[in-house]
Amino acid sequence: MHLLNDLWFVLVAVLFIGFFFLEGFDFGVGMSTKLLARTDGERRVLINSIGPFWDANEVWLITAGGAMFAAFPNWYATLFSGYYTPLVFLLLALIGRGVAFEFRGKVKHEKWKKTWDWVIFLGSLLPPLLLGVVFAGLIKGLPIDAQMEMKAGLFDMVNGYTLVGGLTVVMLCLVHGLMFTTLRTVGDLQVRARKLGQMLLIPLGLLLAAFGIMTYTMTDVFEVRGGILAAVGVVGLIAFLLSGYFMKVKKDGWAFGMTGAVIVLSVASVFIGLFPRVMISSIDQAFNLTIDNAASGAYSLKVMTIVALTLLPFVLGYQIWSYFVFHKRVHEKEHLEY
Amino acid sequence: MDAVFLARLQFASTTIFHFIFVPISIGLALTIAIMQTMYVVKGKEEYRSMAKFWGKLFLINFAVGVVTGILQEFQFGMNWSNYSRFVGDVFGAPLAIEALLAFFLESTFIGLWIFGWDRLSKKVHLVCIWLVSIGTIISAFWILLANSFMQRPVGFQIQNGRAEMNDFWALITNGQLLVEFPHTVLGAFATGAFLITGISAYKLLKRQDVQFFKKSFHIAIIIGLISSVGVALWGHQQAQYLIHTQPMKMAASEALWGKSGDPAGWTVFATIDPKKQENGMEIQIPYLLSFLSYSKFSGEVKGMLELQAEYEATYGPGNYIPPVRTTFWSFRIMVGAGSLMILLGLYGTFLAWRKKLEQPNKWFMRLMVLGISLPFIGNTFGWIMTEIGRQPWTVFGLMRTEDSISPSVGAGQILFSVIAFSTIYLILAIILVYLFSKVIRKGPYAPDDHHDEHSHDPFDQVVKEEKQHALT
Repeated sequence: MHLLNDLWFVLVAVLFIGFFFLEGFDFGVGMSTKLLARTDGERRVLINSIGPFWDANEVWLITAGGAMFAAFPNWYATLFSGYYTPLVFLLLALIGRGVAFEFRGKVKHEKWKKTWDWVIFLGSLLPPLLLGVVFAGLIKGLPIDAQMEMKAGLFDMVNGYTLVGGLTVVMLCLVHGLMFTTLRTVGDLQVRARKLGQMLLIPLGLLLAAFGIMTYTMTDVFEVRGGILAAVGVVGLIAFLLSGYFMKVKKDGWAFGMTGAVIVLSVASVFIGLFPRVMISSIDQAFNLTIDNAASGAYSLKVMTIVALTLLPFVLGYQIWSYFVFHKRVHEKEHLEY
Repeated sequence: MDAVFLARLQFASTTIFHFIFVPISIGLALTIAIMQTMYVVKGKEEYRSMAKFWGKLFLINFAVGVVTGILQEFQFGMNWSNYSRFVGDVFGAPLAIEALLAFFLESTFIGLWIFGWDRLSKKVHLVCIWLVSIGTIISAFWILLANSFMQRPVGFQIQNGRAEMNDFWALITNGQLLVEFPHTVLGAFATGAFLITGISAYKLLKRQDVQFFKKSFHIAIIIGLISSVGVALWGHQQAQYLIHTQPMKMAASEALWGKSGDPAGWTVFATIDPKKQENGMEIQIPYLLSFLSYSKFSGEVKGMLELQAEYEATYGPGNYIPPVRTTFWSFRIMVGAGSLMILLGLYGTFLAWRKKLEQPNKWFMRLMVLGISLPFIGNTFGWIMTEIGRQPWTVFGLMRTEDSISPSVGAGQILFSVIAFSTIYLILAIILVYLFSKVIRKGPYAPDDHHDEHSHDPFDQVVKEEKQHALT
């Protein structure tokens, strides 16, 4: 039943890709509340533009974690215990951000709102940064021993390469979020979102290029999957250039699609580079965690496959429906929940 | 402080804190769904206001419940990696299914419910809140399935040095789950209901929005009474189940060292000496333990010392007696809180039925306000008894707590995260109480807070500027 190990690797990858595509833009919108919005009204428009969605978007991460636990318990155990302290910060950020959306509008007081504005900003900045650092660490390799225990020091986790990875993810989310804003708002805010997005394409392009080159020189993923990664890279480059073009001609929907494509391809390439490994040991190749030695048994995978393939269409169906229900742009004048 | 202690402290604090909000969410979602159904069926605006008002509390609470829940899922891998490796094949599946089946449902439809009042038809909007309610219940089912496996492991075999699932259906029909799930979920319904009756009683005492809170009280007290009685019935089922599957937990919750004798009496009060392994003073109600254990007035219950000898023979040398005092008193506090809930529920229903809520009995209404705390006391001590009473095991008979932790995580790291999360929990709790009291004080018919007085309409702005120009 080796096929199921492959399938679950793909499913975990799909869940993370979905997470970065969806929560990516609401992280970006969260950052924009400080970087783009100028007034309280604009801030509220931004928060309300992701209001109905952010919670369900975050469930993609929780489900990815759950799927990892169920299908690859050793991957889940090594990764989560190995990255202990970064995950503490990730959780603190997600906790703060989650309640901030709900709490911010509940008290009419300057300081109260300002405090939660900072929580929303940092809560939207830190998770993509930390997750970028973690994912870069995954492909660079980590000190994992024969017992599958990862005993990483600070600089195993945080170094030049992983930081570039983290910043790249932050920038991707920010630009993607700005494109989402162009779709959900009107007037001045929409125009400024588009402009800022265009401006940020340059640093984003530099970061992506730097991360690509560093990955080529510092990791083995191109040796393992050079051909397919090069192809993905070319498609990614085209999507990136097209996003710039669509921003210029103000085809916002297309531009959003293209920044989304860049995210999808970037995250996918991490998983392509890993496969069939799930975590790379920098101590000895023999200690790598793979889709075989990290996986659950065949029975468990079979059960999970049936459950997941049955449920996933419904989940996708009603989530897409919710985007359809709230397709209208958010105006400052209308009744705003948050 | 060693890593095992700290990891347990974190698990306990996170779970207890998380489980303050979870039952409120489950209970309020159901009650709000019922209120909104009455709105759609009867068409009275009053019920819509009810759904909206209690919905405000629900949403504030839901946010805290969700964010503390993320940690709940992550901490297995973070603090308990050995556990995750050993049982992940069985234990991971319900967690993944919970996310896929329940979390997506809840989170998507709660978004639709909050933002959909004006965008969806009445009926579709009603379906949304029911799906949220169903989502919370499904979520409880799967996480309790996982917990039931820890209490009574089924549907697995030991293979490749770990527990591997071999019968998914056995996990779903785990006898432990069949008693634990109704007991817990009914407890959650009661939690939401007693929150509503308590707040309503407070407002009725103040004679504010009397009609509104009378009706809310009426609906909630019925839900509260039915669920409290259900909690007790399924609690009894659970005790009978426990005597077979985890007799040690049962004996510890009775502080029963030696044999009970036949018929067995129920100890109301005891001074327990765990070192000497005996009780000083005991007050007993005759026959009652036999009844609790076997639903008849005879039958002997095994004591801890006898079970300890049995377990040593089965599992090797070690101490298999859980912390007796904690288990004993948690059980009594839980039962006490549950019994008071039934009494309050009975009298409250009687008052509502006789239409006497208008001139409320002041002492009773004050008791109802205090009664808000009862379900929380019951829930918390119920979980303490369940989890402490299972010690020294994480998975009964399979894996010990001390063997379950993450070898690669140091005590310092855990201490840091315990302090960080406890601080956040404290802050969240204070804010939640503050926001709750603010919403309650304002009542159901106050205008929304976050509408600013000044207009954001750019056109208005222009008009204003023109006026100023005209003035100067």
